[in-house]
Amino acid sequence: MSSETLDAGMTPRKLKVATVSLAGCFGCHMSFLDIDERILPLLERVEFDRSPITDIKHCGPCDIGLIEGGVCNAENVHVLREFRANCKVLIALGACAVNGGLPAQRNHLELADILQQVYRTGHGLAEGSQIPNDPELPLPLNQVHAVHEVVRIDYFLPGCPPSGDAIWAFLTQLIKGRAPTLGHGLLQYD
Amino acid sequence: MSFELETAAVAGENLRRVAIDPVSRVEGHGKVTILLDEHNKVHQVRLHIVEFRGFERFIQGRPYWEVPVMVQRLCGICPVSHHLAASKALDVIVGADRLTPTAEKMRRLMHYGQILQSHALHFFHLSSPDLLFGFDSEVSRRNIVGVAEKYPDIARRGILLRKYGQEVIRHTAGKRVHGTGSVPGGVNKSLTAAERAELLKDVYQMIAWSRDAVKIIKELHEQNPALYDRFGTFPSNFMGMVAPDGSLDLYHGVLRAKDAAGNILFDHVDYQTYDTLITEEVKPWSYMKFPYFTSMGPEQGWYRVGPLARVQNCDSIPTPFAEHERREFVAYAGGKPMHATLGYHWARMIEMLFAAETIKELLHDDALAGSDLVVAGERRHEGVGVIEAPRGTLFHHYQVGDDDLVTMANLIVSTTNNNQAMNSAVREVAKQYLDGKEITEGLLNHIEVAIRAYDPCLSCATHALGKMPLEVTLLDAGGRMLDRKYKS
Repeated sequence: MSSETLDAGMTPRKLKVATVSLAGCFGCHMSFLDIDERILPLLERVEFDRSPITDIKHCGPCDIGLIEGGVCNAENVHVLREFRANCKVLIALGACAVNGGLPAQRNHLELADILQQVYRTGHGLAEGSQIPNDPELPLPLNQVHAVHEVVRIDYFLPGCPPSGDAIWAFLTQLIKGRAPTLGHGLLQYD
Repeated sequence: MSFELETAAVAGENLRRVAIDPVSRVEGHGKVTILLDEHNKVHQVRLHIVEFRGFERFIQGRPYWEVPVMVQRLCGICPVSHHLAASKALDVIVGADRLTPTAEKMRRLMHYGQILQSHALHFFHLSSPDLLFGFDSEVSRRNIVGVAEKYPDIARRGILLRKYGQEVIRHTAGKRVHGTGSVPGGVNKSLTAAERAELLKDVYQMIAWSRDAVKIIKELHEQNPALYDRFGTFPSNFMGMVAPDGSLDLYHGVLRAKDAAGNILFDHVDYQTYDTLITEEVKPWSYMKFPYFTSMGPEQGWYRVGPLARVQNCDSIPTPFAEHERREFVAYAGGKPMHATLGYHWARMIEMLFAAETIKELLHDDALAGSDLVVAGERRHEGVGVIEAPRGTLFHHYQVGDDDLVTMANLIVSTTNNNQAMNSAVREVAKQYLDGKEITEGLLNHIEVAIRAYDPCLSCATHALGKMPLEVTLLDAGGRMLDRKYKS
């Protein structure tokens, strides 16, 4: 477990933190929750803005933004830009945000073929099944992109997912106003 | 085919669109759209699953032994479910018809650790704010932070229950999220004496806290039956896996389904034949498919899965405290099936207690320390793996060629099984609470409360891919074109 604590040398104002999962699996958010009971002292120092754990639907002005997942559709692009416009420090959290991750395995395939197979010719489908096409569904991109290809990113935290300890060490240093560095054992590229 | 409120009778400009986007305090990406007329009468309500990633397709061409590790990236909340469902399908393919006791028990321990952590996460971190503060309470407080301020003990226990489940997973799978412990034909590690001692140390506390959690939700029901029994309630079929003797088993067993009155629709079904039972319908407005029992057709044949279905589908629960609670649950409903959407929370906490008790029993089993980990037999080309994931029945189906590469993958994830049910729930709530009223944030949260009861993992459910009729161009920070929309 990381030896970092949040007890001393803190800023008086609570920092605002926003988090989002784009084309990810929520595993990075789970890893964030894997800081376990350390979330209680963290809550003394930060306040959550938009995040899957709050009911705030749009990101407001924030100190820190954590992005899980790559960019696979038009909505992801929109949300990512909203985060960049509002967050002073933006962090690519985990393999998918850093380089597209596993979902980018679709990049070598033709999107049309995938759609065809999943919705029209796949196993066990009702007869006459068609590809979903409602305007309420966001537009997919031909390729899955890393977030830094779309907006400027301040920090990259690799791992699938980065461990709870890595996220804790990173955040505590950032909250203390230091440039975060992660030692041996906290950086992983699985 | 269409259900009540699925599609407005008169399409057009005279209807106003209200969207809940994104649905929050759930895992994954979904939104709800509601169409209202000038008198705020509700004409259409839809839960759209808006993302897609393409797993079923890009697994094809990969060697089969990569699959259990790849597919858990469908979902970081229940990666163990995908890890194990895929492993079970591949057990069939490598001819491992009977795992070693060590392998079977390690997998069971991993799975019940997963049930414990996922149910704790859902109840405490995601849903408890609605249940403790009220569905239309203040937005800023309606989250785990608010719970930690007002009910610090409840929040802390939730955090520690989840932590314990995650530690069970770490010791069995190697890592809390996206571990590697299960392989085709078995597992790659057993439990050391130190790991076992560490987990045993806290397990009794976890059982006690799980009992308290059942008490919390049971009391909420009893204090306000008018709300808890009626909110988003509708009749449906139920499906789940049970042990061959009819008792609750979340790792392995046979498929059973009951109709809305509690009569058996099918029982003792070998899940290798799942595709003769279920057909999936595609609707243009969601990336998530709509499964139904083929024999009954899409209108009558849709069903619910997950805790509410399982606790009522089984004849008994094999651990004492959870069985006691199951009986209380059945007695509360007066011997009839309970169809209340909020009944999911109660059933879920009974299952969390079952998981904690099962973990305790497994930890006392010396087989966990064994060294015989993997078996293999006659190689086959096709296999189906099914597990009762935290959110319901999860199907993984693969075909593998002689070259060991996957040629076909079909997944029906737990949340997909509940797709029609969640849509029915939000339409029921819209009728009960929104129809003819001025729409407020608090009223809209009622819709989300109904969705949350199903603990949907919209992350899991978005493994497919879609195409859009719109046009978009993606530019990088310097204005260069990176990508364009898919064109048909």
